[in-house]
Amino acid sequence: MSHHALTIHQAQEKLRTREVSAVELAQSVLKRIQETDERLHAYLAVCAEEALAQAEAADRTLSNGATPPPLCGIPIALKDVILAQGVRSTAGSKILERFISPYDATVTQRLKEAGAVVIGKVNCDEFAMGSSNENSAFAPCRNPWDTDRVPGGSSGGSAASVAADQACAALGTDTGGSIRLPAAFCGIVGLKPTYGRVSRFGVVAYASSLDQVGPCTKDVRDCALLLEVIAGYDPRDSTSVNTPTPSYTAHLERGVSGLRIGIPQEYFIEGMQPEVETAVRDAITHLSTLGAEIVPISLPHTEYAVASYYIIAMAEASSNLARYDGVRYGYRAAEVEDLGELYQTTRAQGFGSEVKRRIALGTYVLSAGYYDAYYVKAQKVRTLIRQDFLDAFEACDIIATPVAPTTAFRLGEKLADPLTMYLSDIFTIAVNLAGLPGLSVPCGFDHHGLPIGLQLIGRPFEEEALLQAGYAYEQDHDWQTRKPPL
Amino acid sequence: MTYESVIGLEVHAQLLTESKIFCGCSTRFGAVPNQHTCPVCLGLPGVLPVLNKKVVDFALRAALATHCTIAPSSRWARKNYFYPDLPKGYQISMYELPIAEHGYVEVADQGQAKKVRLTRIHMEEDAGKSIHDAEAGASLVDLNRTGVPLLEIVSEPDIRSAAEAGNYLRSLRALLQYIEVCDGNMEEGSLRCDANVSIRPQGQTEFGTRTETKNLNSFRAVEKAIEHEIQRQTEVVEAGGRVVQETRLWDADREVTRPMRSKEFAHDYRYFPDPDLLPLVVDQTWVENIRADLPELPATRRARFMHDYDLPAYDAEVLTARKDVADYFEASVRTCPAAPKVVSNWVMDSVLRFVKEEKLDAALKIETWPCPPEHLGELIGLIQDNTISTTIAKTVYEEMRQTGQPPEEIIEAKGLRQVSDTDTLQAVIAEVLTANPDKVEAYRGGKEKLLGFFVGQVMRATQGKANPQMVNTLLRQQLSQ
Repeated sequence: MSHHALTIHQAQEKLRTREVSAVELAQSVLKRIQETDERLHAYLAVCAEEALAQAEAADRTLSNGATPPPLCGIPIALKDVILAQGVRSTAGSKILERFISPYDATVTQRLKEAGAVVIGKVNCDEFAMGSSNENSAFAPCRNPWDTDRVPGGSSGGSAASVAADQACAALGTDTGGSIRLPAAFCGIVGLKPTYGRVSRFGVVAYASSLDQVGPCTKDVRDCALLLEVIAGYDPRDSTSVNTPTPSYTAHLERGVSGLRIGIPQEYFIEGMQPEVETAVRDAITHLSTLGAEIVPISLPHTEYAVASYYIIAMAEASSNLARYDGVRYGYRAAEVEDLGELYQTTRAQGFGSEVKRRIALGTYVLSAGYYDAYYVKAQKVRTLIRQDFLDAFEACDIIATPVAPTTAFRLGEKLADPLTMYLSDIFTIAVNLAGLPGLSVPCGFDHHGLPIGLQLIGRPFEEEALLQAGYAYEQDHDWQTRKPPL
Repeated sequence: MTYESVIGLEVHAQLLTESKIFCGCSTRFGAVPNQHTCPVCLGLPGVLPVLNKKVVDFALRAALATHCTIAPSSRWARKNYFYPDLPKGYQISMYELPIAEHGYVEVADQGQAKKVRLTRIHMEEDAGKSIHDAEAGASLVDLNRTGVPLLEIVSEPDIRSAAEAGNYLRSLRALLQYIEVCDGNMEEGSLRCDANVSIRPQGQTEFGTRTETKNLNSFRAVEKAIEHEIQRQTEVVEAGGRVVQETRLWDADREVTRPMRSKEFAHDYRYFPDPDLLPLVVDQTWVENIRADLPELPATRRARFMHDYDLPAYDAEVLTARKDVADYFEASVRTCPAAPKVVSNWVMDSVLRFVKEEKLDAALKIETWPCPPEHLGELIGLIQDNTISTTIAKTVYEEMRQTGQPPEEIIEAKGLRQVSDTDTLQAVIAEVLTANPDKVEAYRGGKEKLLGFFVGQVMRATQGKANPQMVNTLLRQQLSQ
C-alpha cells in the first residue's frame, strides 16, 4: 500500500516503528496531490515547503524516543475557511483572494501542537455557502468517484482530498450539513460535533450560531483520534463549552449492545433515491443484529427546518460578511468616486452570486418590519426543533437517518435552481439548528458506484455514542476501504 | 402662546478599564494610530469577541449608583452599519435586553434636588476614528478607540430647560467620576452627549415631535444647542410650521443646529442578538459584591457634609461634586478638626484654583495634587493658633505647593512665625508713630481712617509677620494716649 493511502492510525503505527518517516509520508501525499489534483481541484493552496519542514521536525521528535504527540507527522488538510498563520486563506472567495492570515485558528494551533503536518488549504463553497462546492470562486472541486459529479459542499475539498488520498485526514466546517453531505458523497467519515465542542476562533464565520469545525477522515477510528485533538474549551470562543473532553478512542470498541436507535419517520421521504433508503435501512438492520434496539420516533417539526435554517443562517451571514468592505484587507475595487461606491463596487465584484443572494436575503429578514415575521419566528421554530430532538432522546440514545436523499449529483445539475440545491441539506440542517452532534458513515454504493452515507445523530456532547455505533458498523463492512478509480 | 420644552439626554461614557471590552488591547488615549489593535478589534476574518468582565463590573457600579433595576439576564446585539472606522460592519451593543433599566439621577441645583429618571443603561463598544482632512485625497482611520468600552445612559424626557440639562449632565458626570468608571472629559470625548428636544404648548400632556442633536462636546455646547433648538422649534411652530423628526448636528462655530445629511446616519440598524456572545447572566452575588464596593455617593455625602461639618449647602455641593475633592477635604479636616468651614474655604479657593490652573483635574488622583491634604490641615491649624496670619499662610501655601514641604518647615526656614510679643510690637509701633508725626496729628484730629495706614506700616516693618489683631489693638491704645 502506498503511504498516502494510510489512515491516521495506520500511519501512526508505521511512523512509530520508523517503517515510514514523516518526510516520506508527506512526500507521498504531496506527490499524490500533484498527480490527481488537476482532475479534482481539491486544493486551493499546497504548503509543500512548510509541510516538509514540519515533517522533518516530526521525524526528529519521533526518533528521540519520547512519546510523540498524537498526530506527529500526520498530513492534514484544512478547509480554506480555517486560518493558518502565514498561509493564504481565501474562504473560497475572490474578496479574500490575497488574504494571508496573521494568526492561527485555535484548531490549527491544536493540530500543530499535536504534531500534525498542515499539507494545505482545501476547496470549499465561497464562505461555506453551498452544497456542491460549485460556489467556489476559483474552481469547483470534483468528486473522486466520478469527476463529472460534485463532491458535495461546502467542505467539498476536505472530503474529496481525503477520499482521493491527498491527505490522511482533513478538517471541514458544518453549518447545515457541510461536513456530512460531502463525506457521504465522497464515501468517507465526517463528523459535525456538538455546537460548542470545538472552538470557532480563527474560522471564517458563515452563520455563527450554527458553524462547527469537524473531522473528515478515512474511517471512524481516525475520526475519534482527530476529534480528540481539536475538541475542548477555548477561552477565545465564548460559545465553546467548558465541559471535559472524553477520550473518544478509549471506548471505541464498546459496541452497540443495548443501544436504542431511533428512526424518525420524517426522514424517509417520498422522492428520495430508493438505493439510498435501502442502504440506510440495511445499515440500521445490521446495527440491530449487533444488539441495538430499533425504536420508531417522530420529529414533527422537521418540515420547517430548511426554511428556518436559511432565515437564521442568512441573517447571521449578512452581518458576518459586512467586514469585507475593501477598507482594511482583501479585495478593493479600483477607481471609485466615494465611500458608498467603494463599498458597493468592492462587494459587487468581490462576492459571488450565491453569497450576494444570501446577504440580500439576510439583510431583508433583519429589516425593520420583517424582523418579527422572519427572524424571530425562525428562532421559535428552532426552539421547537431542538425540543423535538430532546423529546425523542427520551425514547432513544441515538438517531439514524440518511445523510442526503440522493447520491452525488452532476456538476451544474442544480445550479440554476437554488431551492432544489437547498434541499440537499434537508436531513442534515435540523442537527445544526438543534446544536447536536451528527456523524456520517459510508453505508454502501448505488448502481453508479457512488457512495451512500448513514447519519447518526446524538445527544449534546455525546459524540462518543455515535463513534462507537459507527465503529461497530464499520467493522463488518468494507465500504470505507474501497478506493475511487482515479 | 408659551411653550414648554421637553428634553432627554443620551450620554455615552467611556469606561476607565485597562483593556478593551472584547479583546486584551489597551484603552490608553493618545497612542500612535492603530498601535492598540489586534486581530479581534481589527475585525479580521475568524475572530470572536470575549467579554471583559471588568466592563460589567463598571456597568453595575453605574447601574447601582443610579438606582437602576439590574437585569438578571441581558443580551448583546449587533447594530449593523457600514463605516470605515467600524471594522466589523457592526457595533456590538445591547438592544432589547439592556443590563439596567428604570433608574434616576438626583440633580443638585443650588440646594434643590430634582430626580431625572433613566430609561436604561447598556454597554457597547466604541468605534474607531476617521480623520478626513489630514491628508489630501485620502481619509485616515485610527482603530485605537475601536472596542473601548462605553456605557450608554439614556434619560427619560424629564428635563425642562437647557440649564437643567446642563445640571443633569454635571450631576451624572460627577456620579460617574465618583464611582471611578469614567473620567468625564468631554473635550477628549470620554463623555459624549446627544440631546432629544421637543416643545409643546404649556399645559399639554402629549409630547411634541422631537429632534436629536449630536456633536455636543462640551457643557456649553449642550446648553447652547438645546437653547438654540428650543428657539428654532418655537419659531417653526409659531410660523405655522411643523417640527420634523430628524437628527441634527450642532455647529459650534456658528452656534446653530443643522440637519444631518441622510447619508450620515443609517435608518435601519437591523439589530439582532449577537450569536458570538452568550446572554449576560448577572447573579445576586455579583450585584452585592459590587454594591459593597461602592463609595458613598454624592447625594449622601452632600447631606453628611452639611450635617457633620455644619457647612452651607453651596460648600457641600462644590466639595462633593467630585470624589477626589471631597476626599481631599475630609483628609484635611482630619488634621484640623476644629475649623471645617475654614478648610472648606481653602479647598474651594486655593486648592481648586491651582488644580484648575495646572489642569490636574483630569487625573482624578489627589496624589498628583500640589500638596497632601494633611499639610493643608496643618497650615490651617497654624492660622487657628495664631502661629501665622492668613496673609502669611497664603505665602506659605504657595511655597508648599511648589516644594511639597510641610508648612512648619517653611515657616521655620523663612522665619515667618507671627510676631505676637507685646513689647516687640510696641517698639515697632512707637517707631512708626515717631516717623509720621503729621499723620498722628491728623488721626488724633479725627481722621480715623488713617488707622489702616499705620497698620500697613507696622506690617511692612515686620515683613507681614505681626499679629494683625494685636497690631490693631496696640495702635488704638497708643494713638489714643
